[in-house]
Amino acid sequence: MDFFNNNILSIITFWPLAGMLLLLLIPKESTTLIKWWANIVALSGFLISLPLWFSFDFDGDTMQKVVNVPWIQALGVNYHVGVDGISLLLIMLTTLIAPLAVLSSWDAIQMRVKEYYAFILLLQVGMLGVFISLDFFMFYVFWEVMLVPMYFLIGVWGGPRKLYAAIKFFLYTLIGSVLMLLGILALYFAYPTIAASHPEISSQFGTLPTFNVLALQAIGPYLSETLQFWVFLAFFVGFAIKVPMFPFHTWLPDAHVEAPTAGSVILAAVLLKMGTYGFLRFSIPILPDATVYFVPMMATLAIIAIIYGALVAMMQPDMKKLVAYSSVSHMGFVMLGMFALNPNGLNGSIIQQINHGISTGALFLIVGIIYERRHTREIAQLGGLSNVMPGYAIVFLIMTMSSIGLPLLNGFIGEFTIMAGALQKDLWWAVAGGAGIVLGAAYMLWLYQRTMFGKLDNPANQNLKDMNWREWATLIPLIIMAFWIGLYPAPFFRALDKPVNKLVATVKAATPPAAPQAAREVR
Amino acid sequence: MDQFFKASDLGVIGPELELALFGMIVLVFDLLVKNKRVLGYISLVGLAWSGFFLFRLYNVIEAPAYGGVLTLDPFAWFFKAIFLVAAALSVAISIRYLDVERENHGEYYALILFATMGMMFMVGAMDLVTLYIGLETMAIATYVLVGFLRSSPRSNEASLKYFLLGAFSSGILLYGFSLLYGIAGSTRFEVIRDVLEQRPLTDPLSLMALGAVCAGVFFKIAAVPFHQWTPDAYEGAPTSITAYMSVAVKAASFAMMVRLFMLALFPLRPHWVTIMSVVAALTMTVGNVAAITQSNVKRLLAYSSISHAGYILLGLIAANETGMIAIPMYLLVYTFTNLGAWAIIVALRRKDVIGEHIDEMSGLFFRHPVAAILMLIFLLSLAGIPPTAGFIGKYFLFAAVIETGHNVLAVIAVINAAISMYFYLRIVVAMFMQEATEKTGLDLSPGVLVTMAVSLIFTMWIGLYPDPFIAMARHALGL
Repeated sequence: MDFFNNNILSIITFWPLAGMLLLLLIPKESTTLIKWWANIVALSGFLISLPLWFSFDFDGDTMQKVVNVPWIQALGVNYHVGVDGISLLLIMLTTLIAPLAVLSSWDAIQMRVKEYYAFILLLQVGMLGVFISLDFFMFYVFWEVMLVPMYFLIGVWGGPRKLYAAIKFFLYTLIGSVLMLLGILALYFAYPTIAASHPEISSQFGTLPTFNVLALQAIGPYLSETLQFWVFLAFFVGFAIKVPMFPFHTWLPDAHVEAPTAGSVILAAVLLKMGTYGFLRFSIPILPDATVYFVPMMATLAIIAIIYGALVAMMQPDMKKLVAYSSVSHMGFVMLGMFALNPNGLNGSIIQQINHGISTGALFLIVGIIYERRHTREIAQLGGLSNVMPGYAIVFLIMTMSSIGLPLLNGFIGEFTIMAGALQKDLWWAVAGGAGIVLGAAYMLWLYQRTMFGKLDNPANQNLKDMNWREWATLIPLIIMAFWIGLYPAPFFRALDKPVNKLVATVKAATPPAAPQAAREVR
Repeated sequence: MDQFFKASDLGVIGPELELALFGMIVLVFDLLVKNKRVLGYISLVGLAWSGFFLFRLYNVIEAPAYGGVLTLDPFAWFFKAIFLVAAALSVAISIRYLDVERENHGEYYALILFATMGMMFMVGAMDLVTLYIGLETMAIATYVLVGFLRSSPRSNEASLKYFLLGAFSSGILLYGFSLLYGIAGSTRFEVIRDVLEQRPLTDPLSLMALGAVCAGVFFKIAAVPFHQWTPDAYEGAPTSITAYMSVAVKAASFAMMVRLFMLALFPLRPHWVTIMSVVAALTMTVGNVAAITQSNVKRLLAYSSISHAGYILLGLIAANETGMIAIPMYLLVYTFTNLGAWAIIVALRRKDVIGEHIDEMSGLFFRHPVAAILMLIFLLSLAGIPPTAGFIGKYFLFAAVIETGHNVLAVIAVINAAISMYFYLRIVVAMFMQEATEKTGLDLSPGVLVTMAVSLIFTMWIGLYPDPFIAMARHALGL
């Protein structure tokens, strides 16, 4: 049991890999067995991640469940894993979303079933690996590993323009990540000189070049401003493409629309969070001066994303594309809160990441349910569905409300906290954010009205069946989560308290007097 | 040192002597045996035997022979090992392939052995003349091998092109060598370095020599603007020879470059760094962009191999510890990855099926899932996606240029790495996402299977746990 407790992060991460390898042994004709197996692996993956939540010390100030063993000694690369509150929430989100995505594929995927589930499980390994890594090299490996299965999920099981969407996704992310690699290398080589002149750092992390994220965070404040500037830009490209921030968002609608439902769910709920997680874990703590310097740019891009994403979403004739653009807008909120760089903004930003995972993930599931029945996602083809699918209408309503931030539901908590943070920072940020919320309510409610209300005049919609037990099973956990965060968010804020305070302290302490001035000039 | 020949010098060139001996045995047996496959097995034995001799020399730190024109140091040892592995795997994929092409003759194996021997002399050379003799032994054997499909006009054309341009470039290289000899009064690398150090950097004679040598070696490694021969030669040559050229000949040329530029021409470094930076940027970009439009897999991989040469140049440009480790590391990685990919293309060549066009790979996954997945892994490795070996190779190169502050070059290099993914993905799309047009299976001979397995093992091993190989590369550089 001690072994399990000490290595829980590795076990959670490599559990799906073990499941995938066993899945490869099942003959491809026995599709039912394959489906059952994949569901069991994903669900048990969630169950074994629960002890992580219960054994997590919410008052702990340092990384927990740390395992640090040498991997490539010649390069100073370690197998170094650990969690704090931020990664804890994202890991739990990943293990929760994965079984739902797998379950939602039961009927939707009829072709090449074995490979499909193999790739989904492999994808899960990559995502979890990203969130547990405390070694930059290892982080990069997982970050890239995740590209290949996602590429296949879109490219093989996607819609009509799947090849285009898949390759666009791959190349965008790859260009971002190779530039990020250069940034990582620059930090790696900058470490020894700084460590040499700061005994408190070298005594803890040694003097050799290192990829240890904690060591790099320690040297952060001493990095020269020029270096911080360029490394921040390199990281920015990598992470901003993933988030995606305006103007790097164009891959997202294509990928979302073409991907199969489960692919969209995972993409929206987890993959996008890897970008924001990158900012939180690396850019802000390692490069505090540059972070402060770039606040105006980041805020501008975030606000553009909020407004632009919402306006474009409003005009979409395709349900899935609408939800995809709403992601752009919501992730703009996340970035705005994050770069307010105060406790409220950061807390809200992280909670909103979880919320976005829950509500947008659910919305993609909802779109998938109607697509499986009607083989169209065009809003004009639908209408009045609440008459034939009352259960579906209720779930859709809850998730719409969650997405637009109605009190009692999760979205409200996130948006409220972000707005509080934005207001503390700058009135205009809050004004822009408020406009985004109004627009968000407009397009979501309009979507709901056009699809669910009105007369059921399209004969093809007459005999639609309501959700079956399997579809309920994919959505109920998300509904529960939406109400839990909406009614009692305290445990989540408690998990975030320590890491967020640390981030705020880093940014405050490291801000040299010159930097805010420079920031003002840019603005 | 002064004495030109000592009996112990023979021990130093033991592996080379083995190869020459077995090359001749193959030629003799060619007259005696009907089944030419036996000759393939004999040459494999010869390579293994030579490898055994080489293995016993692993701990040699520095063994100058023949009065210092040749040496056996860890650097030479490492590259000789690469050549032997590459030659052995190339012979292994040739045995059935040559039957399919109906060109199974004994000379083929003998020429591979002789070419390998030439490379081994090249990498051990500490003297311009020895270097040149090794180079030409390799080159002439390769010209013949490229044209080995005598009934195929494509192969003949490739051979002739390669020969004419190769002879021309050898001439230019030799011209550079003669200038160096004129300057230094000696053909020894160390003497040339010492003399060049005495002369001013702007000395026109040294610059001319540098220019000629650069042009010559850029041709050999197929760097832009001297790359034009590569696609034609790679496409026309028997696929097994293309595989051999793309790894062994390339590795030998880079080993030669390291010796020349890091030793003999090191005093001119300020000049050649500039030249190479431009050439490297062009080579990476042109190679990758040209590869995008290719629909013949052999040509596509030919262009990709051009761009890989551009990446490897980054190691020389950085020329620090990381950069120097990067070159042998990358070539080691590239040897396994590339041979694996070529082995699969060889397996696609069957009776009446050429198997070179990208469409002929369509639906490979449905016909032969294992081969398709292996090809996927090799392509990811070529593109440098972790956790494959290719990433470790690229890691060292990128790290070296970042460490030495060549930031612009680093950005160009990584953008190119991303571009290259585009055309590797085209093959992936064909294999996994298109319907099979061809129903016949693959021609998986034991040799091809062994090559695929060996390549896979090393591609994944170096990717996941590269420590032993990094240690070998460090040892090769005496670090």
